Amino acid sequence: MFEIDKWQEIYSTVRKNKLRTFLTGFSVAWGIFMLIILLGSGAGLENGVKEQFKGGATNGVWISSGITSIQYKGLKIGRPIKFTNEDYKSIKTTVSGPDRISARLFLGNNLISYKNEYGSFFLSPCHPDYGFIKEVSMIQGRFLNNIDITEFRKVAVIGEKVKTALFKGTDTVAMGKYIKINGVLFKVVGIFRDFSRNDDEQKRVYIPISTAQRVFQGENVINQISFTTGDASSAEADLMIQKSRALLSKLHTFDVDDNRAVNIWNKNEEVRKFQALFAGIRMFIWIIGIGTIVAGVVGVSNIMMIVVKERTKEIGIRKSLGATPWSIVALIMQEAIIITSFAGYIGLVLGVGLLELISKKVPASEFFRNPEADFSIAVMATVLLVFAGAIAGFFPAMRAAKVKPVEALRDE
Amino acid sequence: MIKIKQIHKSYVTGQNSLHVLKGIDLEIGAGEMISIMGASGSGKSTLLNILGILDDYDSGEYLLNGLFINKLSERKSAHLRNQMIGFVFQSFNLVSFKNAMENVALPLYYQNVPRKKRNLIAMEYLERMGLQEWAHHLPNELSGGQKQRVAIARALIGKPKVILADEPTGALDSKTSLEVMDILQEINSTGITVIIVTHEHDIAMRTKKTIRITDGNITEIVVN
Ligand SMILES: Nc1ncnc2c1ncn2[C@@H]1O[C@H](COP(=O)(O)OP(=O)(O)OP(=O)(O)O)[C@@H](O)[C@H]1O
Ligand SMILES: [Mg+2]
Repeated sequence: MFEIDKWQEIYSTVRKNKLRTFLTGFSVAWGIFMLIILLGSGAGLENGVKEQFKGGATNGVWISSGITSIQYKGLKIGRPIKFTNEDYKSIKTTVSGPDRISARLFLGNNLISYKNEYGSFFLSPCHPDYGFIKEVSMIQGRFLNNIDITEFRKVAVIGEKVKTALFKGTDTVAMGKYIKINGVLFKVVGIFRDFSRNDDEQKRVYIPISTAQRVFQGENVINQISFTTGDASSAEADLMIQKSRALLSKLHTFDVDDNRAVNIWNKNEEVRKFQALFAGIRMFIWIIGIGTIVAGVVGVSNIMMIVVKERTKEIGIRKSLGATPWSIVALIMQEAIIITSFAGYIGLVLGVGLLELISKKVPASEFFRNPEADFSIAVMATVLLVFAGAIAGFFPAMRAAKVKPVEALRDE
Repeated sequence: MIKIKQIHKSYVTGQNSLHVLKGIDLEIGAGEMISIMGASGSGKSTLLNILGILDDYDSGEYLLNGLFINKLSERKSAHLRNQMIGFVFQSFNLVSFKNAMENVALPLYYQNVPRKKRNLIAMEYLERMGLQEWAHHLPNELSGGQKQRVAIARALIGKPKVILADEPTGALDSKTSLEVMDILQEINSTGITVIIVTHEHDIAMRTKKTIRITDGNITEIVVN
């Protein structure tokens, strides 16, 4: 009963001193609110950019053939480099490290039809490992396999969007059906979804590279070799790339340093660059966030000091009526704790609410999506502010409680 | 009820020391009603504050209801103030953000009386002061006389043995002063010891005994 009464006493004090309560609460609520918005925007920025990296293993390396730009051994500039199956095999057998490896052929958009439905889709002949390198996820059926390659099977793995474009109305089952690619029939063995947000990635058709070379090309040329570096460190991955480059330069007689003869895209390097950038941004956010919290702590401390000063007379009166020093300290501290906790909670709710609203109303863009604040950090910050408020209230409260009642009463 | 012997009290401010009470001897029996008079600065309030355990003294002896009062812990003195003493101040000293009823009930809060019960009791005391209609008003909505009656109700609610009033009528007009004195006399008639510090002769005359303090010493005790 006594305990409830204490809370009621505090509640009635808080209710009747609205300005004081508001001022104490505001600096806390504002600090927490700003912190959440800051953390949320940082996360939104990071999520937005991270999304750009989806669809494709983060340890993937893509090596495409290009045109020479440096004179080498008397060969002139501007010579096109043509990769062949031999290059693929050489890298596969002599460069140690890559755990998945695939060659690719670039055939561009092709007319693909099923019965009366048709469309132009990107045809991507490759090895089975490309499914892992590109990280496609199968919705139905399977990706390409080694038997498809060795037996030159006419099978196709089609994107989700390809399926919906070609298989309509009463004929919606794609698996096992034959689609026509440039007039050649291929059997659909799988339907995939690509994690990339890019719509074009869902409009692809993967077919065995061996079949493509035989049916559409008639030679053993390839355009790209890609591999994943497994668990290799970035230094080890760089070594794999270096070795592949050296190997290709020897096979095709071009300068190892000729960056145009082969274009190498190391996704891991790009990811690392962004990780460094975001580490910087995150640190920046933390500095501002900590600054905001410190400002909140200082604000609360100031107000608590003023509050105690303002209440000296009241403390004197309470003491003359029989209040013990401890009851005075408890009164002030509990009030501080209640106000700061409540205000912190309001700041938390408002901050999270605003982030939710932004999440819902502002369409995700390339640079911003799904802003979310780390809730545990926000709660910790609130606890910190409440604690600071309590500490800030404690010392003046102790002093006030120790003052002789006469002195407190004299205070005008 | 109250027995003091050779009470000395000095105020030390920086290097100066002001000897205010210079050996006060006084005995006040239970149920007495006395007034303390004297020039401004003679030490009346100082004495009353010591009697009310709001301040301590430098040397001498103070016995309140047989209890030796010297350098008590704040906890103990808070308890004694709560149980034994009711204060009435010239400036009322009501808590500004609490209404009349809540102000009156405050001593019972420190006796751990539940809220509903203490508000009920506070209403009874306000009724005795003729203030039941003003129970839910804040102090700044009350007249001086009303405020002082609220303060008296608050002083009484803890059932004290002694009421200490420092110029209770100092801020009131003569008509209201008389009303307040009526109340204090009535309280005394229930057996509570009443000690009033005053400058006004009329007020002093309504007590049974007047003690005159001059320059920190008791110079005269007059039975009225
Ligand atoms: N806290 C203090 N520190 C220093 N001096 C004080 C303090 N309180 C009172 N005094 C001095 O002690 C003396 C006695 O003060 P006290 O308040 O007891 O006088 P009083 O008799 O009540 O006067 P009044 O009739 O004006 O109320 C005065 O000279 C006053 O200035
Ligand atoms: Mg005085």
